[in-house]
Amino acid sequence: MQPRAEVVHWLFGTGLLVLGLIMVAEAIVGEKVWRMRPWRVYLWPGIAFGLGVLMWPVMTFFTNSAIHMLAHGSWAQALMVMGGAELGLAKGKLSSRWWKLAAPVGIAVSGVAFLVHEQNPWFFARAAFLHHLMGWTLIGASLFPLALIFRPRSSLGRSGFAVSVLALAAMLYCDRDIAPIFGHLSPLAGPPHR
Amino acid sequence: METQLNARPVAVIVRRGVRARAVSLLGPLTVVAGVVWALVQPYRITLLHPHHQGFWWLVVEPPLLVAAAGIFFGRVIARPLLADLEVDRATES
Repeated sequence: MQPRAEVVHWLFGTGLLVLGLIMVAEAIVGEKVWRMRPWRVYLWPGIAFGLGVLMWPVMTFFTNSAIHMLAHGSWAQALMVMGGAELGLAKGKLSSRWWKLAAPVGIAVSGVAFLVHEQNPWFFARAAFLHHLMGWTLIGASLFPLALIFRPRSSLGRSGFAVSVLALAAMLYCDRDIAPIFGHLSPLAGPPHR
Repeated sequence: METQLNARPVAVIVRRGVRARAVSLLGPLTVVAGVVWALVQPYRITLLHPHHQGFWWLVVEPPLLVAAAGIFFGRVIARPLLADLEVDRATES
């Protein structure tokens, strides 16, 4: 009954796709229009927090090794801190702009978690390739929210952040448990399915 | 002189029109992406051949998830956002 890892990746990809579309829409219309309805302000922090909560079952049920457990656990915490801090800022309970550091730190921790728990080389299999790619993409994407702390109205920062999230969603959808990547598949990975 | 005074509001209206169109296209484009994916890789739609498929294979079908995300965005996020863009345009013009 337990889903395969690729199924979990696709489900998280759907969450990121919705999140990315929301962020693109926010970048297009601008902050003033986006804040015209209060519930919209909580959307992306709420989804980020929710993804962090959902990472705990992933940690519990997909623990192949200690490093997997540590990576997923720290990732869950980072996403929840990031989402929680942004929710506090949206609500107005947190006022210091330094709380915004939780977003780039949370995203960078997510990237490191991807890289740390993928112990195979890039061309071992598609899953390994995508884990490396997503890890580095996340580390790169963390620069956008970092830049937004200092230039909150930067449309480049907002657009870059949104497009990075959409790119991550696409990468998650590309994931398969055992499949070749650019014609490469290590014999140690096992036989591909479907 | 009059033309110069009117030039800025016209530019603002055009920009807002472009924004509204961009927001209204996000959902449908996402749905189209899901449909195209389903056509390119029909084997990803296990509902087309449901026999001997497990629960998760039948529930989680990525092209359908993409299309569903587009529909959700279009109905829940884009629709009120477009209304607010219109309100903003009306109050400023």
